[in-house]
Amino acid sequence: MRPLEKGADGVYVVGCREGDCHYNSGNFRAKARVEQTRKVLDALGIGGRRLEMFNLSSSDGPSFARYAREMHDRILELGPNPIRTALAKKKKPPPAELQAAVA
Amino acid sequence: MIVAEKKPIEEIIDTVKDCQSILVLGCNECVTVCEAGGKKEVGLLASALRMHFLQQGREVNIGERTLERQCDQEYLEEIRDIIDLYDMVVSIACGVGVQFTAEKYHAKPVVPGVNTLFMGANEARGVWSERCQGCGQCLLAVSGGICPVSRCAKRILNGPCGGSSAGKCEINKELPCGWQLIIDRLKALGRMDDYEKIIPIKDWSTERAGGPRKVVREDLKL
Repeated sequence: MRPLEKGADGVYVVGCREGDCHYNSGNFRAKARVEQTRKVLDALGIGGRRLEMFNLSSSDGPSFARYAREMHDRILELGPNPIRTALAKKKKPPPAELQAAVA
Repeated sequence: MIVAEKKPIEEIIDTVKDCQSILVLGCNECVTVCEAGGKKEVGLLASALRMHFLQQGREVNIGERTLERQCDQEYLEEIRDIIDLYDMVVSIACGVGVQFTAEKYHAKPVVPGVNTLFMGANEARGVWSERCQGCGQCLLAVSGGICPVSRCAKRILNGPCGGSSAGKCEINKELPCGWQLIIDRLKALGRMDDYEKIIPIKDWSTERAGGPRKVVREDLKL
């Protein structure tokens, strides 16, 4: 949630392959958390598809690259995170006439 | 433990929509264990509220705190210095915590962010089920350690009723018949003689039917 709140267009969580986690069920718990958060993101109108969980082993570079491309393509399809747009609006400089008055 | 579940985010947003400053207040006890109102959920809810108001183009201050317990005076005192910074508190403790916070800070609106459900046990990851209704007169010694008040849909004290079929309750085919569980346990304990004993009419005045309850322990009072 925090990266998306800061304006990230997408976030993916990478866990060990299912059944291979050092913490036994840690990756399953993370998956459930990701699912929960996706529902909240849908309800907020940000879109749950901006968040994803992938499973791969630390030595599986090709899969990592494939998932990164998949997420990149998905983000391009979804467009910018509405929060990023809202944050940019918030930071928008005051109108020129106001700036002139202050000067 | 007390089991609660999160309210839908839409419902919480509707409750706090007119606020300028909101404190999301969690509790480190039961609601943390059932993943409804602990520190992680405080972070999640606060983040969701911030994103909602950002999209609305509104600057709303969202604070986050999680207390050791919201049902104890001493822990509730920890927010005394910050409570005036907020228009409203969204407490994601159980109903006890919400009410105790409201009592402590009488002039501050305190609203619930969870629905409090029951006293239950954690059967498996993500599964909780009811075990106790706090009837104030425990029968577990004679019922094989399985409670007819909380496990039988009709709260029958001498069961089962005619709705018990193949070990399941008539109200739901997935729900075990409480009395079947009692009989199975008494058999396993070799105590079926207890089943033949009629449990006398229960004094329900110790239960909620007798009005709000209170315990005064003279041996503990200061």
